[in-house]
Amino acid sequence: MAFTAFSSSTAVVEPVARRKSPIALFLLLPGIFYLILFFVTPLISLVITSLQEPDPVIFGQFQNAFNWQNYVVVLETYWQQAIRSAGYAALATLFALLIGFPLAYFIGITLRPYPLLQALALVLVIAPFFISFLLRTLAWKQIFSTEGPVSGILSSLGVLGPGEAITGTAFSVIFGLTYNFIPFMTLPIYATLERFDLRLIEAGNDLYGSPATTFRTVTLPLSAAGVMSGTLLTFIPAAGDYINASREFLGSADTTMIGNVIETNFLVLQNFPAAAALSLVLMAFILILVSLYVKRSGTEELL
Amino acid sequence: MKGFGKYAIWVYSAMAFVFLLIPIVYTIVFSFNDARRTNIIWRGFTFDNWLNVCEAQTVCQAFGNSVLIGVVATVMATTLGTMIAIALVRYRFRFRNTTTLLIFLPMTTPEVVLGAGLAAQFLQAGVPKGLGTIILAHTLFCLSFVVVTVRARVASLDPALEEAGRDLYGNPRQVFWRITFPMLLPGIVAAALLSFALSFDDFIITNFNRGAEVTFPSFVYTAAARGIPAEANVIASAVFFLAIILVLVSQFSAAARRRKLAKQG
Repeated sequence: MAFTAFSSSTAVVEPVARRKSPIALFLLLPGIFYLILFFVTPLISLVITSLQEPDPVIFGQFQNAFNWQNYVVVLETYWQQAIRSAGYAALATLFALLIGFPLAYFIGITLRPYPLLQALALVLVIAPFFISFLLRTLAWKQIFSTEGPVSGILSSLGVLGPGEAITGTAFSVIFGLTYNFIPFMTLPIYATLERFDLRLIEAGNDLYGSPATTFRTVTLPLSAAGVMSGTLLTFIPAAGDYINASREFLGSADTTMIGNVIETNFLVLQNFPAAAALSLVLMAFILILVSLYVKRSGTEELL
Repeated sequence: MKGFGKYAIWVYSAMAFVFLLIPIVYTIVFSFNDARRTNIIWRGFTFDNWLNVCEAQTVCQAFGNSVLIGVVATVMATTLGTMIAIALVRYRFRFRNTTTLLIFLPMTTPEVVLGAGLAAQFLQAGVPKGLGTIILAHTLFCLSFVVVTVRARVASLDPALEEAGRDLYGNPRQVFWRITFPMLLPGIVAAALLSFALSFDDFIITNFNRGAEVTFPSFVYTAAARGIPAEANVIASAVFFLAIILVLVSQFSAAARRRKLAKQG
């Protein structure tokens, strides 16, 4: 169900004779119009807002200008949070891959002879989607809290000193990000491995490849498309996330990510130009990553 | 070595499944907690939270808002998205690549950017934030996912069936409603469920565009600072069970169908 979106991300579209017809316009226009109105123009609004300057008369108001200094100021002020976001997201992506790849391999290849078990395993992977993202994260917070079981064990082992907590640290934020995005990593990899021809592994073995060599030279390259889309699907939301890093959840003032900064500037401080400039910096960073990816594989394959 | 490797992946995957399930089990267990003010420490088993879910009025109101937003956004996104998906697979038109890019980009844009962008636009246009702006925002981010899901279904459709319909003197409308649409329906239903799930659980984009309206996730976020009432766990657990039953039924019936087909074939 939910994973059809992911499995189709690598689906090969069969060539169908395409016709030119006015019906195409009728089908496309409403949706395209919607995307322009609520995706393209908001981006333009962000650009306009990011260049605004404070109104000289009314405090807290902004007027249109070409104040590109905003970008310099936000980068100078928040470069630490920006780097931290990229770092946390990269680590969470790596950990999600370390958990998600074997899991996808298990479901797509090991469980292939047992369709019912395979179906059940897939349901287990998407199960976290069906319970509120915020409540899941909060559950980890409470499991890790000072009264919780994990803290107790770690304290008695001496890993955790007196007065130290697990929550509010870089560890707990990266842990939360990893947990929350494992399904986004697992499903696209599963989608490629599901179609993987097992005879290729046999061929590798017949040609005297050790299991490790066969894995490295056959299985891994053939699942690269899934790994790439899984990486993007994990990294992008993780880099922009601000729930895990927020102090009400798994973070603290020391773990603030760029999402938190954008949220605070927009919704609390109402410093709209700063929030807009940071959003565009984040967007540009992600777009560079995505375009590198698209260059490699083409949009057709991604969609 | 080979035997050990086989064994290891079963153990590793079992551990991963347990890991994925821990917070879910935690949330469900604590829906039965005899919590008085905060639902952090286990205080004993009770059915009270389940029986009096709406006692904490705001939870149910937030839940109702989320369902309403989810339904309206799903209907809008599924309609617009299905139309685009059919056009993308079936027709040739100019700006095809631009269109594909336009559908793909919202999925690669971080939620916080989408949320801030829409909020900036509503601010500049002077549109007051509320249920309407939340629905408009949700429709946007569900739209791309609908296109991707339905598109795969359109692509796997055998055009010969529609040709047969035309050969039997079906007019375009009849061919569409009697052949194409019923065959697309499973894909459309999957897309609709996906978009409802995305909408129901969205917090970030909602938070930028909700004004004073409270959805279920935003209720949880606000309450997080002082402890979530157990009623929130009840609602989340109930939604979870409902969704899991739906998915299990669809998965197992699909698997059974495949088995039956394999036997016949």
